[in-house]
Amino acid sequence: MGNPIQYQYDEQHLKRSEPNKFQAEDLKSEEMILNVGPQHPSTHGVLRLEVVTNGEVIVDVVPHLGYLHRCFEKHAENLPYNQILPFVDRMDYLASMNSEHAFVMGVERMLGIADQIPPRIEYIRVLVAELNRLASHFVAVGTYAMDIGAYTPFLWLMRDREHIMRLLEWVCGARMLYNYIWIGGLFYDLPVGFEERCAEFVKYLKPKLLEMERLVIENKIFVERTANVGILPLDIAINYGISGPMLRGSGLKLDLRKVDGYSVYPELEFEIPVGEGAMGSLGDCWDRTYVRVRECDESLKIIEQCLQRLSGDLSRTREFDPRAMVPKKIRPKPQNFYVRAENPRGELGFYFRADGKSDIPFRCKARSSCFVNLSIISEIAKGCMIADLIAILGSIDIVLGEVDR
Amino acid sequence: MILEEVQALLTVKFGEQIILATDINSSPPMLTVPAAQIAEICTELHTNEQTYFDYLACLTGLDNGPDERTMEVIYHLYSIPYNFQLALQIVIPRQIGENKMTEVPTVSHIWRTANWHEREAFDMYGIHFSGHPDQRRILLPADWEGHPLRKDYKEQDYYHGIKVIY
Repeated sequence: MGNPIQYQYDEQHLKRSEPNKFQAEDLKSEEMILNVGPQHPSTHGVLRLEVVTNGEVIVDVVPHLGYLHRCFEKHAENLPYNQILPFVDRMDYLASMNSEHAFVMGVERMLGIADQIPPRIEYIRVLVAELNRLASHFVAVGTYAMDIGAYTPFLWLMRDREHIMRLLEWVCGARMLYNYIWIGGLFYDLPVGFEERCAEFVKYLKPKLLEMERLVIENKIFVERTANVGILPLDIAINYGISGPMLRGSGLKLDLRKVDGYSVYPELEFEIPVGEGAMGSLGDCWDRTYVRVRECDESLKIIEQCLQRLSGDLSRTREFDPRAMVPKKIRPKPQNFYVRAENPRGELGFYFRADGKSDIPFRCKARSSCFVNLSIISEIAKGCMIADLIAILGSIDIVLGEVDR
Repeated sequence: MILEEVQALLTVKFGEQIILATDINSSPPMLTVPAAQIAEICTELHTNEQTYFDYLACLTGLDNGPDERTMEVIYHLYSIPYNFQLALQIVIPRQIGENKMTEVPTVSHIWRTANWHEREAFDMYGIHFSGHPDQRRILLPADWEGHPLRKDYKEQDYYHGIKVIY
């Protein structure tokens, strides 16, 4: 018997599914179509770029998505709110804690219990979210340096990221897909001794961040490869809905942690780094990496302050139950709700439509930052060299799990 | 910038009948407007110095199901200088005639980010955006049958000889 062959080859298939936007007839002489991907190391996931080239110069870029499409929205419309959480993790798998935080915040506000969450829980949420932001930026900067051709920063940053992964694994038992922040509380309290271990880690990481700054963004080769490449002016960035380090790299001081002041961020002190065009023009690839590196410093500051509170006046007590506020039945009243939060890659928004009759959302749309950020690529890559295309693609820092959702 | 000012501004420009409903309980506050005039309204909101909604955060398609026979498109706007959020909602019939899809004016010439959002809404709901420069499917291949986020969507049995439902 054996397995029957599933795919039946037919030469019409490729033609009907239209894999390319450009056909051979559309091209001028000297032009040709080049496919970058589907598997390219500078994308965390599967993406294909259809590139029309004239010699080494790029004439047009068409991104083709959908290879990872895991139907988040379809799932979300068939599951109760608390069971959607594992799928939220799987969208941006390098920053699951941040996505969970955004989703949970939205549902809590819809239920009207957002201001009854104990401060210790909120501080733990911010602590783990900022740890995850550090880990995410380490991947972004490390793999970006690798795209450019340097291997050492990648190894060093992966080594430091491993410490964060171990810490988060200790917190919730999973390496990447945490399911730790729950609606109305947390899965568990922090493990005993976590605050001390984390404080040690902060002390360890401080000189390493300085090292990273010297090794990556002040490196002459790195500057030569990234400065004045992929320049993104601010007005185009806003028109394209760009957010996160890409928008701040273009010089706008917009951080939703400050603007919306959600969770306990108003009580914490941190700066918003913006690109200044120090090595080239404002909004080039170097500026975006610079913003990410500087944001690591700020995240470390936030972690320090959280640890101070968590081991000080908000320290653990025997009576503290992180699941005390978790609602038995999650049934928000009928309303439309849009919640947005600052993820490592930009604004993550969730739009909910609740009908008030069931605990399943009528519509749950995820506005992912990577999806919107990727749409800029054909705009800023036109007229560049092919080698610069990889530098530009890496500097956007996409996670395809969030592009395709 | 508050909601009443936006409403007043729109009624002065387009007349009283431009706002079909106001929902202040939703977050951000939501205005329901006629579908045919959505592009003009968005142009006005984008260019007017008093509103200046320069950032389209999200564009959502929504299907109310075969019983209600309506679909919706929801626009979430954000004005960076005024730090004000607004949602616009349009309600459109689900289907006109046999296989003809509903047409909505595109806003992708105002905010270029709408280009991909509208392609996604087209892919998932089959809402056509008239005047869109590049109306192709974005997440699914071009010969996929049906629009998966519709409430009455049925998967096709086979795609290129591969079994879809398993």
